[in-house]
Amino acid sequence: MKTENVIEADQLTKTFGGFTAVNAITFEVKKGEIFGFLGANGAGKTTAMKMLIGISKPSSGTAKVAGFDVYTQTESIKKNIGYMSQKFALYDDLTVKENITFFGGIYGLSRTKIKEKREQLVSELGLENISNKLVGSLPLGWKQKLSFSVSLLHEPKIVFLDEPTGGVDPITRRQFWEMIYKAADQGTTIFVTTHYMDEAEYCDRVSIMVEGKIEALDTPKKLKEQFKADSMSQVFLKLARNIE
Amino acid sequence: MKTIGYIIQKEFKQIFRNKGMLPIIFILPILQLVILSNAATYEVKNIKFAYIDYDHTSKSRALIEKFNASTYFDVLTDFPSQLKSSTAMLAGEVDVVLEIPNHFEQNLLKEKTSDLSITINAIDGAAAGVESGYVNQIVQSFNKDVKMFFMDTSKKAMQPLTIESIPSFWYNTTLNYKTFMVPGILVLLVSMITLFLSGMNIVREKEIGTLEQINVTPIRKSQFIIGKLFPFWIIGMGLLTVGLILAKIIFNVPMEGSLGLLYLFTSIYLLVILGMGLLISNFTDTQQQAMFIAWFFVVIFILMSGLFTPIESMPKWAQIITEFNPIKYFVEVVRMVLLKGSDFNDILPQLWKTLLYAIVMNGLAVWSYKKVN
Repeated sequence: MKTENVIEADQLTKTFGGFTAVNAITFEVKKGEIFGFLGANGAGKTTAMKMLIGISKPSSGTAKVAGFDVYTQTESIKKNIGYMSQKFALYDDLTVKENITFFGGIYGLSRTKIKEKREQLVSELGLENISNKLVGSLPLGWKQKLSFSVSLLHEPKIVFLDEPTGGVDPITRRQFWEMIYKAADQGTTIFVTTHYMDEAEYCDRVSIMVEGKIEALDTPKKLKEQFKADSMSQVFLKLARNIE
Repeated sequence: MKTIGYIIQKEFKQIFRNKGMLPIIFILPILQLVILSNAATYEVKNIKFAYIDYDHTSKSRALIEKFNASTYFDVLTDFPSQLKSSTAMLAGEVDVVLEIPNHFEQNLLKEKTSDLSITINAIDGAAAGVESGYVNQIVQSFNKDVKMFFMDTSKKAMQPLTIESIPSFWYNTTLNYKTFMVPGILVLLVSMITLFLSGMNIVREKEIGTLEQINVTPIRKSQFIIGKLFPFWIIGMGLLTVGLILAKIIFNVPMEGSLGLLYLFTSIYLLVILGMGLLISNFTDTQQQAMFIAWFFVVIFILMSGLFTPIESMPKWAQIITEFNPIKYFVEVVRMVLLKGSDFNDILPQLWKTLLYAIVMNGLAVWSYKKVN
């Protein structure tokens, strides 16, 4: 079965002055895939992601996201992707419902569509009782789930998640991954960065970035075979150590 | 258009939900208007006055009595010697010292002339000038009395001709400094509040990370910027309205000209200020930086606006700089429209310059706002 690529990066590079944050990375992501983008702190994951979502111009190389060029068609890319940043980026001083309305509104959803989505989302997340509370007063885990749902509001082809489960308890993490699976089942491509190696096991394919380069890219199973390891955690440590 | 509506709605919700912000927007400016307008005065009153009388005659006492009668001077004490008075002036206890020499009366009678020595604390040059003027007025009036005293009744009928100039003060007949200051301070408040709010607003979203979230949406730059700035434009107009009402009720400032004209000018003027705020937030990363830069410009603009010191008395190079000061135009227009009743054609030069300024400022601001880094 041949599936189309929704992300294609070729020799994509970003330099800041003399420092190369992302060094000629090449990979593609297939439609409906859960693609894990792994790497240590400072390996260049976030920078790479910012180029793909059209808020950072690459220094060299090419990339296409949802069929659009990252140099010239960033606004078309933005219509087709959702993004959830490391930093919680909904408005703390707006309520759950108001946040949904606002983001639905700026993605150009119709009023009826927004209303429908708002009700669906609130009931799916079980937020009926607190949907009129300010988001700032919610626990972190709920915020993260809400923010993931908001990034899916406009039914994007691809959703980019930058360390979505940082600082969240194991139960919530589990629920979060169930949400990711559900979105992937519905055909959304998931591009996710994480530090948690157990989460890497949940991905269809993972790439591991070390110091700006992609050092390994395959299914978790094959990577474990290749590095003769029992877990993704060992794969990661071996890779990181080799480089040092 | 619909997108802009969503942003405006969100901004207003955030502004009115912020319990710390509301008083800053509405209560503080009102307090400032009331306090500053009453305190920022050019009138010099309650001058601390002392004298040294070496003469001790009826004439010297008559002169001192004239100072006593004046409402401008507080006659504090008499000093026995110059040394004492110098010490007191150094300590800041007196501002003006009158020294009446020995034989003051005798000289007046015999030689028809006599000298007085006045010492004025001139650290504040402007105040010293005013004080010197007051002293002169009193001495002049004393002079007249003395002349009359020396003339016998027959001559009184045929006094020498004297020329007196009688000024009539146009546009502010009673020289009420509040009439002059209140409109200016109103300008200051409208400008400061809108500049600070708009300057810090977008940079705040940068700080909390929501701006990045906005930048990954397909929203257009112009939509975002209009949606962001419009609420502050409304707030600026609201502040002007509140200020004008207070100016009328509390200070009874005359409103000779058309208020519609004033609103027209303000609506364009606010675009300049908001564009400037946006420009500041584009080039800063934190609210603190934005605040400092906004403050820097506001202080220069205010001090060079003709609000407190006349632009005509500034050096040539400074006058050229004031051409680039939007607050200067607003101060001029407010005073012209309210006090002189100027019409559309009168304020046309200011209107054009402000419009041009608004276009340049907002052009720069939109150009420098980057969704992609």
